[in-house]
Amino acid sequence: MKIVVCIKQVPDTKGGVKFNPDGTLDRGAMLAIMNPDDKAGLEAALRIKDECGAEVTVLTMGLPKAEEVLREAIAMGADKGILVTDRVLGGADTWATSTTLAGALRNIDYDLIITGRQAIDGDTAQVGPQISEHLDIPVISYAKAIKVEGDHVVVERQYDDRYHVIKAKMPCLITALSELNEPRYMTPGGIFDAYDAEITVWGRNDLKDVDDANLGLAGSPTKIAKASDKVRKGAGEVVELDADASVSYIMGKLKEKHVI
Amino acid sequence: MTKMGLEEYKGVYVFAQQVDNKLSGIAFELLGKAKELASDLDTDVTAVLIGSGVKGLTGQLAEYGADKVIVVDDPELKEYRTEPYAHALSSVINEYKPDIVLVGATAIGRDLGPRVSARVATGLTADCTVLEIGDFPLNPVPGKEQKHNQLLMTRPAFGGNTIATIACPDHRPQMATVRPGVMQKIEPIAGAKAEVIEYNPGFTPNNKYVEIVEVVKELSDTVDIMDAKILVSGGRGVGSAENFKILQDLADAIGGTVSCSRAVVDSGWMPKELQVGQTGKTVRPNVYFAIGISGAIQHTAGMEESDIIIAINKDSTAPIFEVADYGIVGDLNKIVPKLTEELKAVVK
Repeated sequence: MKIVVCIKQVPDTKGGVKFNPDGTLDRGAMLAIMNPDDKAGLEAALRIKDECGAEVTVLTMGLPKAEEVLREAIAMGADKGILVTDRVLGGADTWATSTTLAGALRNIDYDLIITGRQAIDGDTAQVGPQISEHLDIPVISYAKAIKVEGDHVVVERQYDDRYHVIKAKMPCLITALSELNEPRYMTPGGIFDAYDAEITVWGRNDLKDVDDANLGLAGSPTKIAKASDKVRKGAGEVVELDADASVSYIMGKLKEKHVI
Repeated sequence: MTKMGLEEYKGVYVFAQQVDNKLSGIAFELLGKAKELASDLDTDVTAVLIGSGVKGLTGQLAEYGADKVIVVDDPELKEYRTEPYAHALSSVINEYKPDIVLVGATAIGRDLGPRVSARVATGLTADCTVLEIGDFPLNPVPGKEQKHNQLLMTRPAFGGNTIATIACPDHRPQMATVRPGVMQKIEPIAGAKAEVIEYNPGFTPNNKYVEIVEVVKELSDTVDIMDAKILVSGGRGVGSAENFKILQDLADAIGGTVSCSRAVVDSGWMPKELQVGQTGKTVRPNVYFAIGISGAIQHTAGMEESDIIIAINKDSTAPIFEVADYGIVGDLNKIVPKLTEELKAVVK
């Protein structure tokens, strides 16, 4: 079977975020990593490959530098990498991004598409379901377990207070939760292969059945009116006392505010 | 994207999420916000109720602010599945042409919203925390039309480190998913009535229908931290899963609930449903104890609206002290058990 995993290179927000003097995000100073949910999706694909045999293609859209995450994926065990990069695709919102990725996916044979649930930079969780709509295939979001049974997948789909065991005929699209698995490390042989691997690079003209009016910044229905760093609310009082005095201080505040 | 006749689109619509024929809290929160937006736009609020055998819920939606309720009731809609629900909501949008559609950013809404927005070919802004009516661009730009009465959608990004305000000026409806726990529901108006419209676009299973083999309810004994009035929240500084007992004791003494930071969930000390923050839940209790929590923006994004924040941390430079109303620099292992004893003596 053929699996395509959509991955994204993102700034690592977990280790703290760096800002330029003018207050904008300093992406250059932040580590660029493979988005964690996408990595779980890749691991899920590689486990299917290990168990049933599959060809795993990783697909990303981004700057030329995003090739790095494709090589990392190949070092983990993916077979092929495709980078979609073109200046006209820049500034895309989720609609334009999903349109672009769907245009690339129409050129690829797939039984299963896996994306991460959401990327840690935008946190939208929208691109996976939107791709499935453009390709007219079922989507199963928030997957916490994936099994292949013949030409079907059986997926545990997480909700707030329950999960559904869902059976869907392929082709379909699954969005992966990072809780799905513990992604493997790159292997030394894999790193060697990744270094040599040829990455396919596609531009705007390689996308199938997409309209220019739906691409990039101009083709994005949502527009940014304003962006700013988060302003923290003003700090209150801070005291440094011994344990007994600290407790008295807290008790005093709780009484003053009629909590107790 | 193709131009649409934007002026045809009117009214503020809310996806009234129900599970097991019980309305979710987010439905009421969205109605509360929709009422404010509708008042600014001089229009009305419509709840879209999708499910099987759900007609009995319309009265409750009226009491929480719906002027109209569109009910799509069909056996195919018993349990949430993406395709029939997306068909239901996108058919309602195509038929009734709303100006604004709000969906909760829940595990259901974050699947339904993008599928529907792609189907009706409009924009969708995810996980909004502020919604207001205003101009786009915010300030007039020479040579560019400034549009009025636009939905301005504000949301955090980059793990809560930045916030962006987004508009959808050239497409309708303007769609947003909204973070649960942020918008305020109104005091229900007993006996309020809404106009009820039944609408069924027809449901024919196609290639996009999936089969639900099993529904596994995860009856957790933990209370929902979003409903708690007092939260006793622990971070990495608590040190171990076992040591959360001292937080539990404090919570028991003051009638609160234990919650935690992402580091604690990542370490496997506490379950994910107790996590506060950008990737967890947004809470606004009366009192929030932040104990051994450093206060990364990732965390504070989910709790800074709490009425009173009391932080205990041994590191005086911890950023949690920048959002705390009362900060105590000290050893939680000494302070928390003593505080519990004091409280036990006072609170009966």
